[in-house]
Amino acid sequence: MKLRLIIALGVIGSFLASCQKDNFDEPGSKLEGKLVYKGEAINVSYNDVTFQLWEPGWQKKGEINVAVDQDGSYSALLFDANYKLVIPSNQGPFRSATNAETKSDTILVNLNGSKTMDIEVIPYYMIRTPQFTVAGREVTGTFKAEKIITDANAKNIERVNLYVNKTQFVDFRSNVASAELDGASVTEGTTVTLKATVPTLTPTQNYVFARIGLKIAGVEDMIFSPVVKVNL
Amino acid sequence: MKKYIILSIMLVTLAWGCNDEAFLDKSPTNILLDNQIWNDPSLVLSVVADLYDRVPEYQTLQGWWDFSSFDEGFASNGGDYWRHKNQDYGYGEWSNWDYGLIREVNLFIERCGTADKLDASTKARFLAEGRFIRANIYFELVKRMGGVPIITESMIYDFSGDPSYLRKPRNKEVEVYDFIIKELDEIKTDLPNDANTKSRASQGLVLAMKSRVCLYAASIAKYGATTPTVSLPGGEVGIPAGLAAGYYQKALTAAEELINGGKYSLYKKKENLSENFANLFIDKSNPEAIFVKDFKLKSGKVEGWTLVNQPWSQAEDLEGGRLNPSLNLVQSFEKLDNTYDTYQTNQANGDYIYFNNPKDMFAGRDARLEGTVMVPGSFYKGKQLDIWAGFLLADGTVINGDNFGTRKTLPGKSAPEYVVGWDGPIDGLEFSAQSGFYVRKYMDLAVGSGQRGVNSEVWWIRYRLGEIYLNAAEAAFELGDKTKAAGYMNTIRERAGLVIPLTAADITFDRIVHERKVELAFEGHELWDMKRWRLAHVIWNGVSTPLTNDPGKATEVSTRVFGMWPYKYYNPGGANDGKYIFKKIIPSQVTNAHRFRLGNYYSEINSTIRNNNPLIVRNPNQE
Repeated sequence: MKLRLIIALGVIGSFLASCQKDNFDEPGSKLEGKLVYKGEAINVSYNDVTFQLWEPGWQKKGEINVAVDQDGSYSALLFDANYKLVIPSNQGPFRSATNAETKSDTILVNLNGSKTMDIEVIPYYMIRTPQFTVAGREVTGTFKAEKIITDANAKNIERVNLYVNKTQFVDFRSNVASAELDGASVTEGTTVTLKATVPTLTPTQNYVFARIGLKIAGVEDMIFSPVVKVNL
Repeated sequence: MKKYIILSIMLVTLAWGCNDEAFLDKSPTNILLDNQIWNDPSLVLSVVADLYDRVPEYQTLQGWWDFSSFDEGFASNGGDYWRHKNQDYGYGEWSNWDYGLIREVNLFIERCGTADKLDASTKARFLAEGRFIRANIYFELVKRMGGVPIITESMIYDFSGDPSYLRKPRNKEVEVYDFIIKELDEIKTDLPNDANTKSRASQGLVLAMKSRVCLYAASIAKYGATTPTVSLPGGEVGIPAGLAAGYYQKALTAAEELINGGKYSLYKKKENLSENFANLFIDKSNPEAIFVKDFKLKSGKVEGWTLVNQPWSQAEDLEGGRLNPSLNLVQSFEKLDNTYDTYQTNQANGDYIYFNNPKDMFAGRDARLEGTVMVPGSFYKGKQLDIWAGFLLADGTVINGDNFGTRKTLPGKSAPEYVVGWDGPIDGLEFSAQSGFYVRKYMDLAVGSGQRGVNSEVWWIRYRLGEIYLNAAEAAFELGDKTKAAGYMNTIRERAGLVIPLTAADITFDRIVHERKVELAFEGHELWDMKRWRLAHVIWNGVSTPLTNDPGKATEVSTRVFGMWPYKYYNPGGANDGKYIFKKIIPSQVTNAHRFRLGNYYSEINSTIRNNNPLIVRNPNQE
């Protein structure tokens, strides 16, 4: 009886021990950073902007998609290797900057242990001096739009929006109040004002989150100002 | 010693057996060989029938749930509420890459070509059917994926260890459309010119399909210009705008040849126009149907559309009521004076509008409304539906129940009574009319059609003359001939009771879009239409907007499904006691707005396919 128990334990033990032997170590190196323009973070909507990491040298090709968070930050847990980082065309409210090393939009990432790396891009527009004020339940947002790309690749503003939500996720999908202004009535460099009235929230909360979004004509993803907590 | 003798006898027997070819070379008894099939036309017919059956389709009678993926319907079924809760459509959705099927069709065509035991006309017809099926598969592929490699012969691997010579790059989108059109033109005369051939290819079907194919190509060429990023530099996605007019002309010519051919006519058999429109889909002696997928009771090939969608109050089995048409669709049906209107539930002073019969709310509308949708107060299989959500008291409180036909005691009464209909609507209760409506299109009236053991033999109409009129109208409109477009539109609208003709000045792009929406609802057109007009990312933009007040406008956002519920008004002694009022609602299961991204216009070709064949380029906007 006792012998049988010992054998059973031995078998189970060897099964457990083999798990460690058979499996790979999990990726341990963290690559993180932000999408920036001259050091300033590019704010986007969640789950919409991604870039790709490719690791050359394998038989089959498959990219690692890295999603960019609302504040422009990203992070990925990876194996140590040499990666090529590419932001696909038509991705994000910006154009890729030419990398000095590769003379193209590809960025070489030599990962050996965790690393912080900001990715420089050139947005079509930047939202400057966003400010939010509250009167009663009305949130007023003001900002100036600055046109960054002015050459042949320049694009017009399709519309600008003020979005207000009760959680930190604030964009066209997630909002409780919004205001919209047509792109034609937005002049670069002059202050634009948008107003939205916050409806009654259940459960009651005395604060909301707000930000300004700018839609560029012909570009799917919008560019935003940072999310700001506003007390009602 | 004896042992060795026996052993040697056995060895000799075995060796002898090996020598005899007849002993080991037996024909199989469980499959038919090529030469057996190609001797007998009826066996070839079974092969071709199998191929017809395997052409991929999206949104059919056999998949009610696909109709609830957009804004036509609500899915009143516990396992399908997610359709109203997720935000984005996956890039891989609607994708198809079934080159195994294409290979089988190519083999069929090749073997039919070399068959020598069939008479010439039979052989020509089978050959034409094979090519029709192949063209049809390529049409399904190009709608979903854009340009795909056109393979017209069965590819054979030489086992050299390097299969890369079998890799073919994607053809241009326009090349695939041209291939389909060319194939249809070439096979036409080999097919029977017979309107009663409805489940196999016919000359009428070739024209019908050609008008649809050309219309798709034309509108991608024209409206693709509004989404310049939905294209690939190699032309695998996107059609040059300059080709639009040519395709519109071809679409119009094909449609007119079919209409003027006189073999088919619009279904007009019943005096009640709504009943007539409903019957169009269930009556099999139908001069309008061009190509159908047929079913037959007690044959094993039956469909369960009626079973899964029957009103709960008269369900013949323990299920039903799944697909609930949305208010978005229901309010799109025009008034008889050709104007659009939303449903008014309240008077100007804020009080409700009271109706004696809930059906009065829907009076004076396009007859197709009640031919497509079962509204509160209408009849099915001779019995009245029981759709009402509860009692509304004079002080504004609502008394209702959480199950079909719940009984409660109303204030001032002593005995309990029903406080909600046997069809609901009850929010979150599956099989109840959660939008306030049930679907009528394709609902069988035969007794037993709602039983699991019986099901229905109503067929699925893939092409019908009604669509061809609309194809002709759209093509004529895009070519600038609004008078002609109005003529074709009026023919269709007259059958729906809209007898005031539209004039040429009335015909706009919005009108064309709207007419297809109401005529062809629940027929599997919506996704492809919205894709080719490049409207999908506009109307399903992910923003939670309220229900539009302008149902006739093509670009109105419609990302969530809405409903409208009737209540009985309870105010004993009051003038309006017992009358009905309506409330517009959004089902609580609808928690997110649909979002069709630019990358959804052409489905993803997954990385397995791209790794196996590196010549395949990726579809745009999907990274």
